[in-house]
Amino acid sequence: MTRELLKGNVAIAEAAVRAGLDAYFGYPITPQTELLEYLSQRMTDLGRVFLQAESEVAAINMVYGAAATGARVMTSSSSPGFSLMQEGMSYIAGSELPCVIVDVMRGGPGLGNIHPSQGDYFQVTRSAGHGDFHPIVLAPATVQEAVDFVTLAFDLADQYRHMVLIAADGQVGQMMEPAELPPMRDRNRPEPDYALTGAAGRERRVVHSLHMQADEEEAFNLKLQKKLKQIKKTEQRSIEYFTEDAELLVIGYGTAGRIAYTAVEAARERGIKVGLLRPQTLWPFPVQRISELADRASGCLVVEMNAGQMLEDVRLAIGGQIPVKFYGRMGGVVPMPDEILTAIEENYSRLQILV
Amino acid sequence: MVDMVMAPPEMQVVYDYPDSLTDTPTSYCPGCTHGIAHRLVAEVLDELGLREQTVLVSPVGCSVFIYQYFNLDACVAPHGRAPAMATGIKRMLPNHIVFTYQGDGDLVSIGAAEILHAAARGEKITTIFINNAIYGMTGGQMAPTSLPGQKTTSSPTGRDIVSTGNPIRMSEVIAQLDGAAYIVRRSLHDVASIRKAKKAILTAFKVQMAGLGFSMVELLSSCPTNWGIAPETALEWIEQNMLPYYPVGDFKVRDDVKAL
Ligand SMILES: Cc1ncc(C[n+]2csc(CCOP(=O)(O)OP(=O)(O)O)c2C)c(N)n1
Ligand code: SF4
Repeated sequence: MTRELLKGNVAIAEAAVRAGLDAYFGYPITPQTELLEYLSQRMTDLGRVFLQAESEVAAINMVYGAAATGARVMTSSSSPGFSLMQEGMSYIAGSELPCVIVDVMRGGPGLGNIHPSQGDYFQVTRSAGHGDFHPIVLAPATVQEAVDFVTLAFDLADQYRHMVLIAADGQVGQMMEPAELPPMRDRNRPEPDYALTGAAGRERRVVHSLHMQADEEEAFNLKLQKKLKQIKKTEQRSIEYFTEDAELLVIGYGTAGRIAYTAVEAARERGIKVGLLRPQTLWPFPVQRISELADRASGCLVVEMNAGQMLEDVRLAIGGQIPVKFYGRMGGVVPMPDEILTAIEENYSRLQILV
Repeated sequence: MVDMVMAPPEMQVVYDYPDSLTDTPTSYCPGCTHGIAHRLVAEVLDELGLREQTVLVSPVGCSVFIYQYFNLDACVAPHGRAPAMATGIKRMLPNHIVFTYQGDGDLVSIGAAEILHAAARGEKITTIFINNAIYGMTGGQMAPTSLPGQKTTSSPTGRDIVSTGNPIRMSEVIAQLDGAAYIVRRSLHDVASIRKAKKAILTAFKVQMAGLGFSMVELLSSCPTNWGIAPETALEWIEQNMLPYYPVGDFKVRDDVKAL
């Protein structure tokens, strides 16, 4: 197999094509635009559906419509555009349709800037639309991981009839790295039993998120929650480095996790017993593994490119067992390994005093 | 379909439920013309033999339950987004018939961008646009189509065009777009108008079958409940107040449509 030098956004786009993407709808926004541009040519060449929508509001509703016909469908955006998609995402969750949504996060709030950020953590994991639901959220740290997560995203979406978000920060979208793409998948598959295809020779089907009676809506919510509970149980994913004997546990995802790795490696060279856990699923959050590691460690340091959002999930997972500290940069500033190393050293020496 | 009382053998059934409708009782108020519009669309789908290849996109408004009334594959779009959702469906099923059914709040206000762009793209879908000059479902607030001086629950002293702007004649606006193939306005206030409305709906679906582009039929419709008048008076209100502001007519009939 060959590795190619690929830009993150383009790699995600091509991986989606190979995973069997039937249709893409989107609207330009930096730092995600190459994804849309690439697909405009590629999808057309392959005779598949590509459409630049008039807005993210329209794009997500086109996704909703295409998903209702049983198609494998995707959209992508960046923070401000992702905000506009929340209404449609809620309807998609309420209709239990599969789809994949890529959010290449940028600095905010407001128009913010086009630099890499992880400021949408709460939004992607907690509030991807009104009502009670969480999307599945995958957070790649490298171009290769982004490619692998695209295939995984489509499979999880189909398996659970649920939306899967790929929360990539602008760095992952913009950087070029060698990556290996998967082979082209056959798009032929049996028609899903919810697909709207014209009620020919069968009972008519309806896709909706409307339950006028409170008890009916509650029954639907219970069903949805049961599914989410199952996802929580089986789909927690994370990757670990040097955690076997770690006294200080560093936790970071995406680009922050990757930079933290460099810092952790340098700290190890200085004899510091530090390890890294990098969550790959932000929802479901890898609580199980984190709480196991917290049993053995005496302190935790969370690193993010925001004001401390995943920090809350880590604190919930650890439940006060050990102190949890935070190091973050915001507004599109990417932390340098040195800064994180300093934070590791400070926190580690504090632990030594405590011991 | 419907468990009708069987006609004696010597009698012929001349009026029946269209196959394209279910027998679910509708939630519409007495005297509301939403039901007439449903029947016309269903008769057209039956006559064109389209029932088994059609997907309906419901709006949010009094007709949000239309998916229960039509015997079709159907979905419910967020408020105003039906044309975008229909676009997603039609792009996946280019040989199917896809139509939206939308109120004036849904289509002219919150969904103005979606309908304009679907029309501009020449999206091969059909839109049935119910203009009753008010927000029915939410209890009679001012719509972008409410007439100057019209009393609503959010313009209690009458619509003041100085502060709220002027009503939008959406069919005339959409007719300006090259992607629009067939854009007409009809009314549901009397029998002759209803017959003409049905003819227009038939043409609109034929336009889609021939793949000619976007087609829309605007129907002036009654809302006796929120206009605060009796059903019969409501029909007169359409004739006396709505027709002068929203004249029936053909605003766009492209040459390729004329040739159908
Ligand atoms: C995003 C959003 N905003 C507001 C509403 C509330 N709402 C429901 S129906 C409606 C207006 C419907 O009026 P119209 O489209 O004219 O249809 P009618 O009920 O008159 O047939 C509004 C404002 C909603 N459901 N969703
Ligand atoms: S409120 Fe108006 S539009 Fe709605 S069903 Fe009643 S009469 Fe019809």
